[in-house]
Amino acid sequence: MRHPTYPLTDQPAPDSIIAWQASGPVTRNRFLADVAQLAGRLPPGGHVLNICQSRYHFLVGFAAAIVSGRISLLPSTLTPDTIRRLKADTPDLFCLHDGNLDDIDLPGFAYPDAAPAPEHDLPVPEIPSGRIVAHVFTSGSTGTALTHRKTWGGLVINALSEAERLGARGHALVGTVPPQHMYGFESTVLISLHGGAAAWAGRPFYPADIADALAAVPAPRALITTPFHLRTLLDAGQALPPVDFLLSATAPLSEELAARAEAVCGAPLLEIYGSTETGQIASRRSTATRAWELLGEVRLRATDSGHVAEGGHVEGIVPINDVIEDVDARHFLLHGRNADLVNIAGKRTSLAFLNQQLLAVPGVQDGVFFMPEAEPDDHATRLCACVVAPGHTRQSLLQALRSRIDAAFLPRPLVFVERLPRNEASKLPRASLLALLNTPDKAAE
Amino acid sequence: MSTTPTGATPDTAPSLAELADLIVSALNLEMAPSEIDPDASLFGEGLGLDSIDILEIALVISKQYGVQLRADDENNTRIFSSLRSLADYIASQKAA
Repeated sequence: MRHPTYPLTDQPAPDSIIAWQASGPVTRNRFLADVAQLAGRLPPGGHVLNICQSRYHFLVGFAAAIVSGRISLLPSTLTPDTIRRLKADTPDLFCLHDGNLDDIDLPGFAYPDAAPAPEHDLPVPEIPSGRIVAHVFTSGSTGTALTHRKTWGGLVINALSEAERLGARGHALVGTVPPQHMYGFESTVLISLHGGAAAWAGRPFYPADIADALAAVPAPRALITTPFHLRTLLDAGQALPPVDFLLSATAPLSEELAARAEAVCGAPLLEIYGSTETGQIASRRSTATRAWELLGEVRLRATDSGHVAEGGHVEGIVPINDVIEDVDARHFLLHGRNADLVNIAGKRTSLAFLNQQLLAVPGVQDGVFFMPEAEPDDHATRLCACVVAPGHTRQSLLQALRSRIDAAFLPRPLVFVERLPRNEASKLPRASLLALLNTPDKAAE
Repeated sequence: MSTTPTGATPDTAPSLAELADLIVSALNLEMAPSEIDPDASLFGEGLGLDSIDILEIALVISKQYGVQLRADDENNTRIFSSLRSLADYIASQKAA
């Protein structure tokens, strides 16, 4: 059952640690002072694009938006096209940042200096469970962006279910994933608010950075990462401080990598499964079982058109895009992801969206994105595209695409052809597309 | 400076051609190493690499030259601004 309200955080005491910065631990009381200060200074707009690089600044920005009745927007990319669309949907949008705006065409608000140390214990605000606090986005099967509204109560239950499954309470979390993307948002930000963990403010990138970040926080500690980051970390042979658990999501992890990670770190590796629409719904220890165990009170149900998720933190009845096989009421197997969804190193989109963007480029007569065979060893697999665009060079087309789609999805290779191998039904058989990859390219550089 | 040699292969500093070769093979780029302009940006409108590629390149650089990159190094953006600046950086770290 959901409560009518949940506190902003369930960290139990004023001196409970909610985050770690290079300068040391951040207590609940210090956090509440920063939240109150920022909430009092935010500009009038009701929607916030929080691009803070520091995970702690992001956390304070998200909390300040909540307590001041604002909604945080969490798009998966920040291309000029995305910003235009967000502005059209929510014209009062502004951008909270802790560095610079780069080329984001929105009114900016700079994250302020830390608030003065509070002289007494601050009360924890209570937030109505049903209040919408975040918008997250997917590209639907037509390629049009869909907005998913997340309630405070749903996010709290999501975080509590995850924290309980992972045993995350009391752990310092080092995340290689950004706080703005669903997985990093849930597994580093929400879990620090509700779940008793404390996230490291940085977002280490190189293997040596990850080791430094882990060494900067006390045990027990955990690493929140992706198969791609995990593989480069292990391949680098980087010595790591003791870790109590590893968490991976966004792409299937090979059994080989899971076993290697557990052997090197001497700690369990857990995978988490979810989607933007449902939030996180299941986990597994990959070296022990292929079966996923549902989180909390989430349930799956088979319908004529595939499985749906409901219960727990899931809002309503949400179709699952992947092919599911029930094992029992609490466990299931995942048989392949929906072929339309693309996830490259934690960045999500759909082939439908990418195709729509490609065809919208002036001068492109026909074109299609597709995924080649996935690389077996946890490398980031890149997309391919075939285009009919006689007036374009590779450079000019890539430049046009760059303002529309995230760089991670830019096609590699991009093959120019005279016509696409459409069959009689005007469909593009995958085998014909793969064959094009091996033919000489018609592109003029 | 926040780099740590891992003690592997204390080779000479990389030539531009050698580094271009390493990048093309590490990333499976569909181009000849000689096609990389040593002074063009490796990101964005130059070679078009992104952060996923940078992590792959950092891995081969640490293996090949024993030079470990760190993102908190304020020179990080400059290091990857071109093939030449990357080669210079590796050379400076190996000399240190």
